[in-house]
Amino acid sequence: MRVSRRTTLAGLVAAPLVAPVMSRAAAPDYTITPTPVADGIWMITGADEGIAFDNGGAIANITVIATPAGTVLVDSGPSLRYGQRLKHVAESLTGRSVVRVYVTHLHPDHGMGIGAFAPEIVAALPGTIAGMSRDGQGFSDQMYRLLGDWMRGTDLALPGKTIGGDEEDFGGRRLRLLALSGHSAADLAVLDEQSGTLIGGDLLFHDRAPATPTADLARWRQSLAALDALGHKGAIPGHGPYDGTGRQAIAQTRAWIDWLDTALTEAVRGGMDMVEAGRMVIPEQLRNMASGRYELQRSVSHFYPMLEAKLLPRVDQS
Amino acid sequence: MTQASIRRNGVETRYPPDPLGSPMWTYHAKTVFGEDRVSFDPRVKLSMPDLAENQHCFPVALDAREIGDVRRMVIMADLNPIPLAVDYRPLAGAPYLATRIKLDQRTPVRGAVQRADGSWLVHGGWMDAAGGGCSAPPASRVKGDWAQHLGEMRGAAWPTGPDGTARTRILIRHPMDTGFVPGIPTYNIETLSLTSSTGTVLGEMDIWASVSEDPAFTIMPRAGMGERLAIAARDSNGRDYHASLIVGGGL
Repeated sequence: MRVSRRTTLAGLVAAPLVAPVMSRAAAPDYTITPTPVADGIWMITGADEGIAFDNGGAIANITVIATPAGTVLVDSGPSLRYGQRLKHVAESLTGRSVVRVYVTHLHPDHGMGIGAFAPEIVAALPGTIAGMSRDGQGFSDQMYRLLGDWMRGTDLALPGKTIGGDEEDFGGRRLRLLALSGHSAADLAVLDEQSGTLIGGDLLFHDRAPATPTADLARWRQSLAALDALGHKGAIPGHGPYDGTGRQAIAQTRAWIDWLDTALTEAVRGGMDMVEAGRMVIPEQLRNMASGRYELQRSVSHFYPMLEAKLLPRVDQS
Repeated sequence: MTQASIRRNGVETRYPPDPLGSPMWTYHAKTVFGEDRVSFDPRVKLSMPDLAENQHCFPVALDAREIGDVRRMVIMADLNPIPLAVDYRPLAGAPYLATRIKLDQRTPVRGAVQRADGSWLVHGGWMDAAGGGCSAPPASRVKGDWAQHLGEMRGAAWPTGPDGTARTRILIRHPMDTGFVPGIPTYNIETLSLTSSTGTVLGEMDIWASVSEDPAFTIMPRAGMGERLAIAARDSNGRDYHASLIVGGGL
């Protein structure tokens, strides 16, 4: 067992508790290092891990786009502090103020940094805003539990602008906005027409196993097919490294969800329980994807009861 | 560490020091093991995922097939307000039990098995979990359709091979109310038994409300291909549930 502060605290429950409960040291600031991937486009690569205190929740990729009208961000990170740091780093990089922040989908590692920006410049799909209003407080509670001081000052904020159209022009730099779904009920992908760069949000995982807490795998496949048909050059995935081919992240994400779908169905049909299903062998060709075991076990939790209800026959006699 | 020592009915009983350092170890040991001999043993295989993705539905599998002469199997979580989840007697068959439980906070999760000589072997680990597994309303209460599906049972049995057992999976729709949600009293499945076609009871279990909503169980009773197994369960309102399935009957 790994010894952590939590372990120590739990062990103290029966003893008189003299140590202050919030003894975890204040977090240092986030290190945000943008890497250029195309003309006027930088990617900030998140940690290939789950949300944890050690990474401050900075696990999602963030994109910075320099436009004649100002700086555009795609996603904002996990906390107010991240968003503030991101704003500073992005504006120093481009020399222009942030004029637009897109939130690709409802998950907290992508959208809880928006408190650092004026709500009217933060834009998301209607389904994303609805999802954030519904689940945001619950996400926030979980993030505070996991991240503690990293989250200080972060309140649930909602995007102030609903995306209606399918493109936006920033002084001549045009961004196509694709309203898709599958990773969640509303997933935004952004295509920079000037450089041919696709920013896929969490529809794309690259060298990193896809996460499925709100997934609809059939719709996800349709969205991947739509992205595959775009004719873009490079792709920035939601998690994992930049994909210079523009195709590899799409293929990997599709391969993983196809395998997952089949493997979980076969596990239920074969009589496995959830623990066993979470320990099944991950095929050789998918083992290069980071966090594979972690995401498989999460996916078992997301899908298994539903699959059992669909696949196992009724046996009650009333 | 010194060995924990308690005095009960004038008799001193010793439990080995808990490798998990749980604040509740001695307290629960008194309740569950009484004056029986207890030791920690890794042959008691308690398997669980590496993380609790859903604190309302956390899978646990207890496999004591390496031990053999097992007459009781208990799954428990020390820091749950309802620490016991399942107490299973595998009367005929292999000592294997998998289910899903609620986790109300970070807690040790343990499996304990009692051998024919009365002694207990225990193993487990800590599991981190978000709060509220026992104190949030079940999904079917929120949705409001629990009564329409109450007691619906699904399942199947697969012959497992040379040992003559059948991997048997049983799922029952039930809210499994803990009593910790305001306005919703305790309401849970309390017992379940499995009987062969000749009337032999193959296994029986006591079940607490710390088992997840819509309980699911995997057990391995002795049963051959084509045999019909009868399942009977009862909840805390005295409602009976019956099901029957055929080993190898297909899906």
